[in-house]
Amino acid sequence: MNLPLHAQIINLCAALLLLLAFAMLTQRRIRSLINLFSAQGLVLVISTLTVAYATHQTHLYYSALLTLVLKVMLLPWIMHRLIRKLNVRWDVESVLNIPATLLIGIVLVIFAFNLAAPISQFSDTIAKSTLGIATACIFLAFLMMITRRKAISQVIGFLAMENGLFFAATSATYGMPMVVELGIALDVLVGTLIFGVFFFHIREKFESLDIHHLEKLKER
Amino acid sequence: MELLVLLLVPFAGGLVLALWGHRSLAPELNSGISLLTFLASAALTARIIADGPLLVWDQMFFVDSFNVFLVALTAFVSFTTTLFSRPYMRIELQKGKLTPGRLRLYHSMYQMFTFAMLVVLLTNSVGILWVAMEAATLTTVLLISLYRTPASLEAAWKYFILCGVGLAQALFGTILLYFAAEKVLGAGGTALLWTHLYEVKGQLEPTVLALSFVFLLVGYGTKVGLVPLHNWLPDAHAEGPTPISAVLSGLLLNVALYSIIRAKVLVDGALGSHFAGNLMMGFGLLSVVVAAFLLPRQKDIKRLFAYSSIEHMGLMTFAFGMGGPVASFAGMLHMTVHSLTKSAIFFAVGHAAQKSGTQIMADIRGLIDSNPTIGWGLMLGSLAILGMPPFGVFTSEFMLLTATMHEQPWATPFLLVALGVSFAAIFGKVQPMVFGVATLQRLPHRPALLPVFVHLGIVLLLGLYIPPYLAVWYRQAAQLVG
Repeated sequence: MNLPLHAQIINLCAALLLLLAFAMLTQRRIRSLINLFSAQGLVLVISTLTVAYATHQTHLYYSALLTLVLKVMLLPWIMHRLIRKLNVRWDVESVLNIPATLLIGIVLVIFAFNLAAPISQFSDTIAKSTLGIATACIFLAFLMMITRRKAISQVIGFLAMENGLFFAATSATYGMPMVVELGIALDVLVGTLIFGVFFFHIREKFESLDIHHLEKLKER
Repeated sequence: MELLVLLLVPFAGGLVLALWGHRSLAPELNSGISLLTFLASAALTARIIADGPLLVWDQMFFVDSFNVFLVALTAFVSFTTTLFSRPYMRIELQKGKLTPGRLRLYHSMYQMFTFAMLVVLLTNSVGILWVAMEAATLTTVLLISLYRTPASLEAAWKYFILCGVGLAQALFGTILLYFAAEKVLGAGGTALLWTHLYEVKGQLEPTVLALSFVFLLVGYGTKVGLVPLHNWLPDAHAEGPTPISAVLSGLLLNVALYSIIRAKVLVDGALGSHFAGNLMMGFGLLSVVVAAFLLPRQKDIKRLFAYSSIEHMGLMTFAFGMGGPVASFAGMLHMTVHSLTKSAIFFAVGHAAQKSGTQIMADIRGLIDSNPTIGWGLMLGSLAILGMPPFGVFTSEFMLLTATMHEQPWATPFLLVALGVSFAAIFGKVQPMVFGVATLQRLPHRPALLPVFVHLGIVLLLGLYIPPYLAVWYRQAAQLVG
């Protein structure tokens, strides 16, 4: 099978994204988790640039630039600052142990590919084969949100999910209209800032960022 | 023009109130801004009734008879809520539950929240709708956590995580919708506009659209509070300030349901089957039944009425899922009367809880002795929400039940049992609170009960007599919904 070079690069990026999603699922050090998140953002930028170059979609250059600024530089920087101030390093125990999480992750990937198969059939973009991987990244980030104990890793999971959605949008449709993308980026940024402040309140009240303190409100 | 004022006023109001800070007239300024928004919405409504649908500003905003009635309702309830919140928040401030700085945050975010909801209702783009919905979520997170108690932080966190995940699903649904639309309408902004999508709905790829609807329903359904995605709702209602509980129940849930209904019309056209309607009926019925059976177990009064909101949102989702002129009319009427009644109840509940210093129902007794207006407000509001004639809720529930017996007879027993159980639960709990032996103290400020009776008066009016222009208007909207 002979794929053109740009298609090969996009497939490579997709494979890297999936690998990074799995790495994030198992990573326990929060600092490394943030680095993995920004690496995921970087891969996303490269694949978006490749799609933009191959298809001459100029607006994709802008969204690649937006991703670079927001997800590779700004958000990781904010989060590094946050964890330095809050002094959290480790996300010690998760709800499930690592092998079990990985096994569930593999099942999710298979499910994602099945889900994406009928959709990518209708697609005629150069990156259509990667839609399954994008869906898998969304599910893996979702799994990470469920299994993590620290509030900050849940937020990273949320942002990783947004990465997966962004990848899905570029691979299936060459990206959403620019207004929408700008709006989404603004929401993500504001959301992260609000939660930066929020972490301090949580820590002040509970003296920990462990969310098992946040399980008091139940049906009595 | 009216549209510009309508959107600009709350946005600018949010900024002004943030700068204005906690100077003396901030609550009055808040009410004034909301009044202006309401007047603009009334002018817009008058214009839509006279001239028909409106499509402006590069087709980015779109008003028809369906969304204009929700716009008017949203602006009206957010105005009356500011009237209630003025004395309520003052008492909270005096009790030391708030600092002046947080009151400033409250006022500013309240306007931003109204703005975000109006954008959701008025935008023509499915993408902007998502962005505004996320903005509404972020502002409410700040509002729910306003008291900064451990419980309110937890409620706000739960709300963010669950609704964040839900909205991520909705974004995926939006991407899939764009993917299907782009094939027909070509790339670019127009492929996400409701007006363009409706024109070509027969040509959109059915498989992709069905999948997209599932994601949109799960995503926005989290915000509607449909079971089993409802977990955030009782906590957020119970732990946030009461004016916010009133606008969450009365307005935000409606706005989220609005997005689902818009998507349903589109998907019905593309699929030519009743797939979307069936899904909505299933989720709706499940919400009604589960919420009704959770009602008897509640001890906290705001949680009680939060579950009642889940039940009523389930009824509306069921009605719109069933479709047809009668059911859609009933759904529309129920949206109106539910938001008016439920916000009125929360106003009364807020003052009742302030008087007794607790939200636990067992400790609130004898409202009728110590403050008859609060007592009657709560009693009449509860009777109205339980569907007693002659209130408007009775009319809409009766229409819904008749339509159900006609179209989907199997669902009737479920609905009747759920309505019966919720009647027994809520009436049994509210009755001793109102008529028991009094244990309450006086409030430092006069409570604002005018909004309660204004809302209940409108609901009563709608039960006795629906003005002809309103009926025409609902009928037009019901036709749009199908």
